[in-house]
Amino acid sequence: MPIAVLEKLDRRWLFLVLGLLVLGPLLWPIGLPVVPSRPVIQFRDAIAAVPQGSTVLMSCDYDPASRPELVPMTVTALRQLWDRHCRVVVTVLWNGGPALVDQTIESVANEYRARGIRLVDGVDYVNLGYKSGNEAVMVLMGQGVKSTFPVDQHGRPTSSLPILREVRNYSSFALLVNISAGYPGTKEWEQQVNSRFHLPMVSGCTAVSAPEYYPYLQSGQLRGMLGGMAGAAEYEKLRGERGPATHGMDAQSLAHLFIAACIVLGNVVHWGRRRGARP
Amino acid sequence: MNVSTDFGVWVGALLTLFIFSFLYKDNPLYKLAEHLFVGVSAGYYIVLNYWTVIHANLVEPLAAAFGGHLSGGPFHAQQGDYRAFLVLPGLLGLLLFSRLFARAEWLSRWSLAVIIGVYAGLKTTGFAQGDLVAQVQASLQPLWIAGHFWASVNAILFTVGLLTSLLFFYYSREHKGVLGGVSRVGVWFLMISFGAGYGYTVMSRVSLLIGRFQYLIEDWLHLR
Repeated sequence: MPIAVLEKLDRRWLFLVLGLLVLGPLLWPIGLPVVPSRPVIQFRDAIAAVPQGSTVLMSCDYDPASRPELVPMTVTALRQLWDRHCRVVVTVLWNGGPALVDQTIESVANEYRARGIRLVDGVDYVNLGYKSGNEAVMVLMGQGVKSTFPVDQHGRPTSSLPILREVRNYSSFALLVNISAGYPGTKEWEQQVNSRFHLPMVSGCTAVSAPEYYPYLQSGQLRGMLGGMAGAAEYEKLRGERGPATHGMDAQSLAHLFIAACIVLGNVVHWGRRRGARP
Repeated sequence: MNVSTDFGVWVGALLTLFIFSFLYKDNPLYKLAEHLFVGVSAGYYIVLNYWTVIHANLVEPLAAAFGGHLSGGPFHAQQGDYRAFLVLPGLLGLLLFSRLFARAEWLSRWSLAVIIGVYAGLKTTGFAQGDLVAQVQASLQPLWIAGHFWASVNAILFTVGLLTSLLFFYYSREHKGVLGGVSRVGVWFLMISFGAGYGYTVMSRVSLLIGRFQYLIEDWLHLR
């Protein structure tokens, strides 16, 4: 294609092609391979290493804006935890999140109920809901979970909930599963809780924040990590599931190839222009 | 085609299409969706913050403290149950609004001093423990691990990248000669990390697009 044509190309053609490349595979899946990476395998293994029946803290720090990336990993993590008969205590440090998180927990719990497995809210899991204060909430929970969250998301006193009967502070949890969209999230849990209270921790995060958390993974502060939709899809693959993240990966891969091609073509145009400008 | 009959789903789908229409060109439907989003978000978060922050943490506990139903009285406080002592943070919160009045503006500095002091303390200790010490410790690793060739290559690459990137940010000497060469290597490592960051950002943004398309296909049009 002549460089002059590329130079004058209306960018709306790029939007159209990108839109079709994303829409097409969602309607007609191609089934491109999804290969689990090491951080994802470590994430799965960290949960698998939790003793059966343990109590696990899961902080879902996101709101509906991060739904496509973070809800699939929340769902798969809940399934793995409940398959291990773990009791799950959920907190939300983003005030737009509790309703979405509640809906997600209930949808997974209903899957189990439909299979005849009894999961009781307040006994096997609880959503403590939102508490303002970011890092201050994390530190306070180290002194007492029930005093930090006197009532749960549904207004029930936490002191009356069977799941919290033996929960005092972070020492009562076997693992922290943090699903994070940004601030407050993985970085703050790492700084305030993992390093201070030594609670083992794994993170599922948006792709945009994943590069920031790799140093924590490399140093062993994080036991495993899911980065964005790709991480969620790899986790689904490891668990033998075909969820929304797996369905989105064909579109994701094609979009990435197209954007990479656009970057190469953009550089070719730039290079051609520089050559043309030389005397 | 079995299209959704849910009014809320239709509103969500149409607003999504209105926003997408901007990709063709600016138009009144896009403006409508944009203004709706800004207005509804502002209203929603004001109400949400009142009920989840001010009401839950201040109004409700104060009402209970002064309601006379709690044993021990309004000042019988303990951790998690601060009772009437919540008047103090409430007052500090109100002082923040003194910025609206030029003559009383200085009062807001007391509240800001508490906020900055508490968060500086929390952040400093958290950063020191979670980032500084732990990351420096993790950076000190053996360069050669017998029997693990690729792990050794990884460790050497890591150390070279760390040192050269750090030296790139050393500005007390002109970047010429050995320092110039080393910092140039550091730039290459930084560029690779920026590239990885860009790739992950693209993944995040495409995920949002996929999320909207999944909503249109599955929730609205029921095509899957």
